[in-house]
Amino acid sequence: MPPVNDKTLTLHSVSKSFVSGRAITHAVKNVTFSIKPGHITALVGPDGAGKTTLLRLAAGLLLPDSGTVSVFSLDSDKQSEQIRHLIGYMPQRFGLYEDLSVIENLNLYADLHQLAEKDRQQRFIQLTKMSGLSPFNNRLAGQLSGGMKQKLGLACTLLSQPRLLLLDEPSVGVDPLSRRELWRIIEQQMEQNGMTVLMSTAYMDEAERCSEVILMDAGECLQKNTPDFFKHKMLGLCFAARADKQSNRQLQLYLSQQDEFIDAIIQGDDVHVVMQQGATLENIAGIQFESIEPRLEDAFIALLKSRYKSAVQAPAALAQAGASIVTEDIIQVDRVDRWFGQFQAVKALSFTVKRGEIFGLLGANGAGKTTTFRMLCGLLPVSNGQLSVAGIDLRTAAAKARARIGYMSQKFSLYSHLSVRQNLVFFSSAYGLRNSRQQQRVKWALQFYELEPYSDTNSGDLPLGYKQRLAMACALMHEPEILFLDEPTSGVDPLARREFWMRTNQLAATGVTVLVTTHFMEEAEYCDRLIIMVEGDILTMGTPAEIKRQAQSENRQEPTMEDAFIHLVTQQAQQ
Amino acid sequence: MLANIYALLIKEFLALIKDKKSRFVLIVPPIFQLFIFGYAATYDLNDIPIAIYNEDANIESRDFISRFTASSAFTEVLRITRHQQIAKALDEKKVLAVLHIDQHFSRDLLTAHQPAKVQILVDGRNSNTALIALNYMQTILADFNLDWAKQHHLRQLPAQLQVRAWFNPNLSSRWFIVPGIVGLLTLVVTVIVTALSIAREREQGTFDQLLVTPLTPFQILLGKAIPGLIIGVVEASFIILMAVFWFEIPLLGSLVALYIGIFLFVFSVIGIGLMISSLCVTQQQGLLGGFLFIVPAVILSGYATPIANMPVWVQNFTLLNPLRYFLVIVRGVFLEGFSTQHLFGQYWPLAIIGVITLGCAGWMFRRRMF
Amino acid sequence: MKSQMRLKGLIYKEFLQIWRDPSSLAIAFVLPVFLLLLFGYGVSLDAKHVPIGWVIEKPTASTSSFSNAFAHSDYFESTFFADMEDAEFALQARKINAIIHLREDFSRQLFKPQPAAIQIIVDGVDANTARLISGYIQGTWSQWLNQKAELRGTPLQQPVIADHRIWYNSAVLSKDYLIPGLIAVIMTLIGALLTALVFAREWERGTMESLLATPISTQEILLGKLIPYYLLGMGGLLLSIAMAVFLFQVPLRGSFWVLLFTGSLFLFVALGMGLLISIVAKNQFVAGQIAIIITFLPAFIMSGFIFDISSMPEAIQGLTYLIGARYFVAILQTVFLTGNVWAVILPNSLALLVMALIFFTLAARKAPRRLE
Repeated sequence: MPPVNDKTLTLHSVSKSFVSGRAITHAVKNVTFSIKPGHITALVGPDGAGKTTLLRLAAGLLLPDSGTVSVFSLDSDKQSEQIRHLIGYMPQRFGLYEDLSVIENLNLYADLHQLAEKDRQQRFIQLTKMSGLSPFNNRLAGQLSGGMKQKLGLACTLLSQPRLLLLDEPSVGVDPLSRRELWRIIEQQMEQNGMTVLMSTAYMDEAERCSEVILMDAGECLQKNTPDFFKHKMLGLCFAARADKQSNRQLQLYLSQQDEFIDAIIQGDDVHVVMQQGATLENIAGIQFESIEPRLEDAFIALLKSRYKSAVQAPAALAQAGASIVTEDIIQVDRVDRWFGQFQAVKALSFTVKRGEIFGLLGANGAGKTTTFRMLCGLLPVSNGQLSVAGIDLRTAAAKARARIGYMSQKFSLYSHLSVRQNLVFFSSAYGLRNSRQQQRVKWALQFYELEPYSDTNSGDLPLGYKQRLAMACALMHEPEILFLDEPTSGVDPLARREFWMRTNQLAATGVTVLVTTHFMEEAEYCDRLIIMVEGDILTMGTPAEIKRQAQSENRQEPTMEDAFIHLVTQQAQQ
Repeated sequence: MLANIYALLIKEFLALIKDKKSRFVLIVPPIFQLFIFGYAATYDLNDIPIAIYNEDANIESRDFISRFTASSAFTEVLRITRHQQIAKALDEKKVLAVLHIDQHFSRDLLTAHQPAKVQILVDGRNSNTALIALNYMQTILADFNLDWAKQHHLRQLPAQLQVRAWFNPNLSSRWFIVPGIVGLLTLVVTVIVTALSIAREREQGTFDQLLVTPLTPFQILLGKAIPGLIIGVVEASFIILMAVFWFEIPLLGSLVALYIGIFLFVFSVIGIGLMISSLCVTQQQGLLGGFLFIVPAVILSGYATPIANMPVWVQNFTLLNPLRYFLVIVRGVFLEGFSTQHLFGQYWPLAIIGVITLGCAGWMFRRRMF
Repeated sequence: MKSQMRLKGLIYKEFLQIWRDPSSLAIAFVLPVFLLLLFGYGVSLDAKHVPIGWVIEKPTASTSSFSNAFAHSDYFESTFFADMEDAEFALQARKINAIIHLREDFSRQLFKPQPAAIQIIVDGVDANTARLISGYIQGTWSQWLNQKAELRGTPLQQPVIADHRIWYNSAVLSKDYLIPGLIAVIMTLIGALLTALVFAREWERGTMESLLATPISTQEILLGKLIPYYLLGMGGLLLSIAMAVFLFQVPLRGSFWVLLFTGSLFLFVALGMGLLISIVAKNQFVAGQIAIIITFLPAFIMSGFIFDISSMPEAIQGLTYLIGARYFVAILQTVFLTGNVWAVILPNSLALLVMALIFFTLAARKAPRRLE
């Protein structure tokens, strides 16, 4: 069917806006592009860029206000019926019926796509085998882990062997292992059926694997090209920096304050920097720069930062960064168990965290990270073992310990109908702050997190990145000694992630201990030390460099954190 | 401590008032229910359709009939001319009652040898309406008899009934139903507000955020209870105002007695709402739980049907129902002019229910915190 | 043939969901039983053993024969008081519902030209009960008069006497009309509330988005919801009828099949409303609230289930024509207590049919084909 393949998906000056109350949101503004048949195209951009709207337009779930969307030369308005036979669409939450089992979900979508009985069995076996779902055929979808749900969602969409596959952030909240498998399945399907894929993603390494990347921002399509093209523009601008006298965190801070650089992030023992176009390294002394291969993420950051000049302001000053070397253990976890009925979520967990450390908890979904966290915050009692936070035993004086910790939960829990200021005032009062001290802290939060323009906006209406900042600010109102961050960056775009880590580093430098869970492996690089958890157990513990070293091999000289994670997890599974 | 609770209160009120859905729940259903109940829920009969089958064509029978048709309770919608039509008119719900006048009506009435005969046939499909319609017709008939006997100097009945109704001389259902709405709506709003409040925080994830602050469970619970109390009292006051000024129900008793009752009632209902709340994880469950409590609480309260008519075991069961006591208070104060000393017997059960339910809520809340 | 596969898949899915979601099953089966038991046992408008107080200033043979007439009746429970003050106090304290006051001259004036007066005071707070009680007292009183007169050999001479009959429910049991009417309320709950909630759930959980991206048609989506909940509703109807007939002994004088047929029609109306609500609301919380306000409460208050429609103010009477339950309550009470009266059944069924058609047309027109 080559003739239809020519124009898989074409958008021609498409615009779409939504009205809610008096506010009009222009979600997609005058977008024109077409995608390459038989390839994967990635849709990247910050939150609220219009990626989901664009995918829904492509799936015919929304109609454009102006312009045309055509799929295989069929108009999405008039010929939506035919289009639906040709596409597969997986929404953000996978669109599964959580109270149906794996096989029941598959059967439902097979019925909806009118798959004949005899083809069906074969296809089921093929897909469940490929996705590793076969042992769970009779488990309810709601009881699957995030990674399994995502694979089931994908299997349901692939049942009809669509010619065009549309995926909306398929890998949010999914661990690296599952992400790898997802890619394997997609690539296999493309080989077999010549399928075309359009996916939105927040992972730049994922976008890098695609044939083409469309960069969106604020409803506009900024650029569409191959990853190599994007990277090529950054050639000669990316360096790994290293200084003998400074720790990588101090170096990163220093570099990010220099006008020459757009971006500086910690990458293992080095600091990965992106230089401003036309700038030179001449004025920077005492630091060794090694030119390195640019990544798509560098291009992405560079492009977006050029649009938002003041997106990240370098911090004005920083208290003696990491000057005081304290070895006091502020958190002690000693053989802690946690049972939920017959299920042991955490198994004899022991570790200690030192004051001023950034300590990471990594692991796949369901590894016991969140349970551990909730126990540390006093939200969940331990079944066995000892737990002390800031020298206080949580079993005897939980309330006393709570006054000294800050906690930010996965969902950035805020009172969505209260304004930013009202949220700050409420949480500061809850922590016992009064009068001038309270006013001072609220002012600090609004300034430090650049929330002033939004101070009277309801927190529910904030963009995700700002919600995260506000949640963080609320957890910090009482200047806690220890800060617990549960998946602080999940679903947040790279730009916002950078700002977040920038501020977290500053906090750590002032002596605040930070405990963080994440499944973004590259974020583990920001941690001083980390543990990787698997099935409630510690798989490994150490500094990022130590952990990566474990995965070193001949054909992989410099493994990334993700490589290390997958290496260790699969090694464990083989034993 | 006080400042903490004050902060919780401010937060709770802002969340309720700024949230479109909560605002809707607080405002629209109560007003809607007030009007529906105030106007539609009445046992009084007006303009009941009746048919008349007059087999006697004289002036006396017409006078007699006019007694019925002139009453505001009845409207003649059908004139029957053949006997077969009676069953049809009733079966087909064309009329609620048929007044059948015997062919010798005028003769018997005038000669007074034997009583003149009429037959009243009532559709009993709604037995309550049937009984009341029948009562109305018998009263009209008795008045006619009395007047006729007086005019024609006949011997009167050996004894006469003089019926007077206290507290509600015109026997208007609205006087009974509308003060009851104060109790009903206060119950509904308070239960919904408190039953959903913790579930809402659980759904949004802010509950964990609250629990990691140094606030004690007792403070958090108070922060949930006091808004319920304030909203319940405000809602009750609004309906009392509407009852007095819109529906013109007399308010004879002491406002102090009424407000003591309102406070105790809301207090006991909050306990129940918070118990539902600490059991429920989602607002959906909270709503269903509230519904499952409200429906029996209203039906078994004496709001629409008397408790005395229930089987004894059900009557004993109603002793647990706070609305039962409050309805006595509100109707007593409105219609009977009660003051505090009359109502002590209603106050203490409410106080006991309140203490027990709040205690349970506190205990369940602590247990379900994790 | 092929589209049947899609529909079958959807229906099967819906049944699995109903089976696994305890709250749908609760609304469909537990709630009807709960409501029927509550109403069957808890709600009665039949006053029995009404406590009445007597104040007899001068007891004689006549006064005791009069009070005996009440003592033999099932309706009353007598208490005697020394004076009016005590009795009035008891009335205020709600110990008694009425006072019968026989003055000192009662026996003397009996059968005299200036007839004896019997003073009755009823507690009027509950106007309906007060009216029923005074009706009962009047009835007992006139019976007593007749007996008394016959004993004296001078039959009572009344200008007009009425012979009354209450048709269809001669025992005047309120449960016989409350329970059939309740079936309409229950069906409203199952049809409208449940359907509104489950549709809104698909929007909330994001499954509607993936359904819409498949080659499924609007009719299939609507039918896929309607058929399972229609069957569930019919299950609820059968359960309610069985409980009414076997547990509460309500006579079923008309045809069971007529009930089933008109029940189907009403269910379509309720389902249509539920679909419309959920298409508009897209959120379980709002859908639940709207369903309760515009379907459950009116079915309760404005359908003629308890309160007589013709006595309501005209504006509200006009509104009741928009309430499907009004038509079904009329059918239910007739088929249970009277029989197959086609003149009631047919016009009301027609009204239900028209309403169902209107709701379905609206639902089909408003039904989502896209996300807006």
